[in-house]
Amino acid sequence: MHGRVSEKSDKNGEGDHMVLKMLTGSQAVAWAARLARAEYIPAYPITPQTEIIEILSEWVRKGEMEAIFVQMESEHSLLTAAGTAAATGARVFTATSSQGLLYGFEMLYSIAGWRAPLVLVNVARALAAPITLEPDHNDVLAARDSGFLQFHAESVQEALDFVLLAYRVAEDNRVLLPAIVNIDGFHLSFTRERVDLPEQSTVDEFLPEYKPVNPIRASEPVAKGIPVLIPPLYSFFKYQMHMASRNALNVFREAAKDFEKMFSRSYATVEEYMLDDADTVIVMSNSFAAVGKQAVNAMREEGRKVGLLRIRLFRPFPTDDIVKSLRGKKCVVVVDQNISIGKGGIICPEIAEALYHLEDRPKVILPVIAGLGGKSISLEEFRHAVRVAERLASLKAGPDGPLLLFREDEAMLVDSLLKIASGG
Amino acid sequence: MSITKYRTLKDVPKEEFLVAGTPLCAGCGALLVIRLFHKALGGNVVWVNAAGCVTLMATFPYTPLRSSWFYTAMSSAPAGAQGIRDALDILIKKGKLDPAENLKVVVITGDGAASDIGLQSASGAIHRGLDFFYLCVDNEAYGNTGFQASSLSPIGSGTATTKPTHLYPAGNVLPKKDLFEIWRSHRPPYVATISPSHVVDMLRKVEKALSFKGPKLFLALCPCPTGWGIEPSESVQLARLAVETGIWPLKEAVYGEVTHTHIPSKRRPVEDYLKVQRRFAHLFKPIKNEAVIAEIQKQVDEYWSKVER
Repeated sequence: MHGRVSEKSDKNGEGDHMVLKMLTGSQAVAWAARLARAEYIPAYPITPQTEIIEILSEWVRKGEMEAIFVQMESEHSLLTAAGTAAATGARVFTATSSQGLLYGFEMLYSIAGWRAPLVLVNVARALAAPITLEPDHNDVLAARDSGFLQFHAESVQEALDFVLLAYRVAEDNRVLLPAIVNIDGFHLSFTRERVDLPEQSTVDEFLPEYKPVNPIRASEPVAKGIPVLIPPLYSFFKYQMHMASRNALNVFREAAKDFEKMFSRSYATVEEYMLDDADTVIVMSNSFAAVGKQAVNAMREEGRKVGLLRIRLFRPFPTDDIVKSLRGKKCVVVVDQNISIGKGGIICPEIAEALYHLEDRPKVILPVIAGLGGKSISLEEFRHAVRVAERLASLKAGPDGPLLLFREDEAMLVDSLLKIASGG
Repeated sequence: MSITKYRTLKDVPKEEFLVAGTPLCAGCGALLVIRLFHKALGGNVVWVNAAGCVTLMATFPYTPLRSSWFYTAMSSAPAGAQGIRDALDILIKKGKLDPAENLKVVVITGDGAASDIGLQSASGAIHRGLDFFYLCVDNEAYGNTGFQASSLSPIGSGTATTKPTHLYPAGNVLPKKDLFEIWRSHRPPYVATISPSHVVDMLRKVEKALSFKGPKLFLALCPCPTGWGIEPSESVQLARLAVETGIWPLKEAVYGEVTHTHIPSKRRPVEDYLKVQRRFAHLFKPIKNEAVIAEIQKQVDEYWSKVER
């Protein structure tokens, strides 16, 4: 049964601080919430997130987690309760997806403005309409400007580790912002991978008790969330949030250093894959990057100097690390698994802006739209994108709008379904 | 209500939790209700607010309250109360918080947030048995945005979105939702209507509610000088007229069992209440709209015929 994970698993022979398990992405983030000793879990079901809250509710009901689990009547209420509970001083965990994230969207900005650090797992799923279940990143990227930190996971291990890191960074007094950990629906949430499950005592050491700032107490009345009707005040508080988010870059690096010491896994804000001698770099995030790496392997075998840069921390945006990785490269292919209708991908302009003022900036930054609604991205599609970028570079030309990756066999399939829909 | 410390106005507690100096309007019925309600509630309170007039009570860097305040959003103050209540509970249970730091959690919203955009959130919190107070200050429209109709605006009232015209001579044609009954259908421990004109009745109800764990819900009629078109000095008088005409029944329901706490011995005609307010002026000028006034009177009479029988 989903969610039932035996606590008594074989110990890893190499070390005494972890346990090896086969876990889905959903199970891994539930374990992370448990190991983080989350004490308040407001929840609301939505596919493909639901497994997470089923597991957590079961653990709470069995007394295996000392927490309050409450099923709310909507994501808007869920996020409100999550935010006020974090502001009151509880360590809060919650999860949602897609339409749910958008239903509660108003509260994302409020929670961030309350400076209430909590961790929200978004199980990515493309947005209606048309309604679907498979992932892309329009849901999580819609929250881009809210003030939530954003961690984007490729693997089940990262999903677990990022929840722990997210608490550590979010609750730091230099940050005090909530965090989203994004895992792709189905592709990561329901994929079982081998995971090093940390020991509770090590997690406790990495993640000390949450010490809230100005919580709500009888002895010290506070007024929270109140209007600031004088415009300079609004600018002041908003920019403070921005600076706090920028602080999170170094707080993350510090936390990652401690994390590596305790758990022997190292995380930079970005992952460089075969980048050293690469001429062309594919930029991706989240689980489809695994497919991108396979494509890099294949193209390397064909003698093409291709690498991949994966964004782990999307907010705050790790501009410096991205610059370090991409300066001097010939071509950059930004694979956006999202679409800002009427513009193109959301991430590509951020990459371009980061590189613009460098003298050794790449000759071509090719915006690519791929993998919307869970559409697979084949090796041939990656090859095509790289070829287009390299040809533009040789022609000293720029791209003419985003390149949509869409195969002929898919076009034929769509065609046949359109015929059925039109009764033909 | 056999044992109560409130018998006359002299018993109103002297301690103030809402001090002078708020930006709310002169004669605001809600402000008066909050002040009196808080006296009966006592200290150690966190108010959880949804967008509305009273949101402006606390604007940075000031608050007129000696208790805590949390503005959430227009539609989800009850969910905000859930988060605070649950967080306090788990922190106390885990020994991280001294029980002396505990707070009474009180939702305060206007009628629009209570009956329209926030009804789902309130229903959820009541259904879950959340241990909280809900004080709805009902001025029968969206006052803070300029007095547009809410689903608690009464039939025949003129608002910024139900202006009387030759096509709609009655103004608002929709009936006032029965929020008391909507709340009561959830069978919470305590639901009551209150009025700033009947202070002892109000204090006794809060006193009684304090003995229950779970949702304790209060619907207060709050005259609104700017929206109703009355003088600030007339607010309490209007609230009294609403009770004396039978338009605003004072009642409570304990686990769903309804008791009227004040039955007017001789109800005054609703016209006495309507004709002194600008929002109903179109029912009297240029020609008297007998049909609408009679309909309002009929609805009140029907209500009380069931009570008195």
